[in-house]
Amino acid sequence: MQFRKTSAALAAVATLSLTATACGSSSGDGDKIVIGIKYDQPGLGLKTPDGKYTGFDVDVATYVAKELGYGADKIEFKQAPSAERENLIRNGDVKFVVASYSINDKRKAVVDFAGPYFLAHQDLLVRADDNSIKQASDLNAKKLCSVTGSTSAQNVKEKLAPKADLQEFGGYSECITGLENGAVDALTTDNSILAGYAAQKEHQGKFKLVGLKLSDEHYGIGLKKGDKELRDKINAALEKMKSDGSWEKAVKANFGPANYKNEPAPAITEK
Amino acid sequence: MFDFLDNPQYDLLGAFWVTVQLALYSALGSLILGTLLVGMRVSPVPLMRGFATTYVNAVRNTPLTIVLIGCSLVLYQTLGITLAGGDSKTIGFRMAVLGLAAYTGTFVCEALRSGINTVPVGQAEAARALGLSFFQVLTLIVLPQAFRSVIAPLANVLIALTKNTTVAAAIGVAEASLLMKEMVENESDSLLAVFGVIAFGFVLLTLPTGLLLGWVAKRMAVKR
Repeated sequence: MQFRKTSAALAAVATLSLTATACGSSSGDGDKIVIGIKYDQPGLGLKTPDGKYTGFDVDVATYVAKELGYGADKIEFKQAPSAERENLIRNGDVKFVVASYSINDKRKAVVDFAGPYFLAHQDLLVRADDNSIKQASDLNAKKLCSVTGSTSAQNVKEKLAPKADLQEFGGYSECITGLENGAVDALTTDNSILAGYAAQKEHQGKFKLVGLKLSDEHYGIGLKKGDKELRDKINAALEKMKSDGSWEKAVKANFGPANYKNEPAPAITEK
Repeated sequence: MFDFLDNPQYDLLGAFWVTVQLALYSALGSLILGTLLVGMRVSPVPLMRGFATTYVNAVRNTPLTIVLIGCSLVLYQTLGITLAGGDSKTIGFRMAVLGLAAYTGTFVCEALRSGINTVPVGQAEAARALGLSFFQVLTLIVLPQAFRSVIAPLANVLIALTKNTTVAAAIGVAEASLLMKEMVENESDSLLAVFGVIAFGFVLLTLPTGLLLGWVAKRMAVKR
């Protein structure tokens, strides 16, 4: 009988823990605000080994949260991988998402955007001593690397250089390895992300951006569909960030070392 | 809801065909490797036994993602080993087969070893008494009987392998889960449908495998 009691107790514990975790923290728990960011994009959103968060998206998120009345100590960052951004917003797990989130019509069908707060272009990162790539058509004879399934990778396959030898990896860091060793010739994605990598201490001076504008990516802040009040507040915060010089400062701080010519702050279109 | 299936950009059948190819080649490789390993594990040579035991325990307890990314990053991107492939596609596919076979071979080896334990000791003793060498005892008497008794566990390994092929997306092999990642990137308004379609595809692959091999296992079992 002893055994039965134990197993019953175990089952009870298991169900309890399941129900406890099933309804995780909803945003607005107590007086904190939960914001979705990327954890693995240097320069945009990065969680450092000592548990700090750095990057341009993080700076924007912090500024907007401050304008909404949440100090830096009241912000809880949550990882928002590309595939999960819509669901995090829809389920209310995060108040809003600032994670190199390009505004497009498919996404607008399920979430609303504020912004845009940044205009990026798909570009190429090459070794600093490599001058053989001048335009997109040069890629057809080159080895290229990008992230599995990303828009940039699909652009290469469908439009830019269908003949290019495209290697896809789960993350940009794996591509950097191949680029350093000459196994691939170029890494392609949004120039903001590339600049973030080139600006990292261990990579400075090794790589450069080619400076092509292969696509327009308008980064917006994703939030729940129909929450007009929050959208207006975030847009107001973004306007203020631009006018008081914080936007420019954040760009310089995060992309400065990469010699990256960023676009001027875009006008807000999502109202 | 399911209108993305009509998009010519998504070659669903082609992607699943790559999944099937990955699974079949890796299954073949792992069967050969597993048989070799099990032969070493039961051999009278201590060095062989030690090597096989170490290999099985090391690889079996390494996460598959690490094995595959290691194959691609270390062997190809850093050491420049291309396995006679020309472009990234071919090299990636071969690296994936290599990694999957090296990993799954350990599970095949352990399944076979349990099969060897089902063969009565008298069988091997009788074979020795007839004057057969160790190699002959193993290949003619013990392994055929062992194989017949472990078809069901091997079917489990094959099903696990089929699902494990999705990890190859991490090194850019264009199989079903890589296509799913592309769909997820573009079809943010019908994520559940995308997941559903891909999951259903895998069920279509694994369910018949399980049923068929279950039936084969019943037919082949050694009646004792």
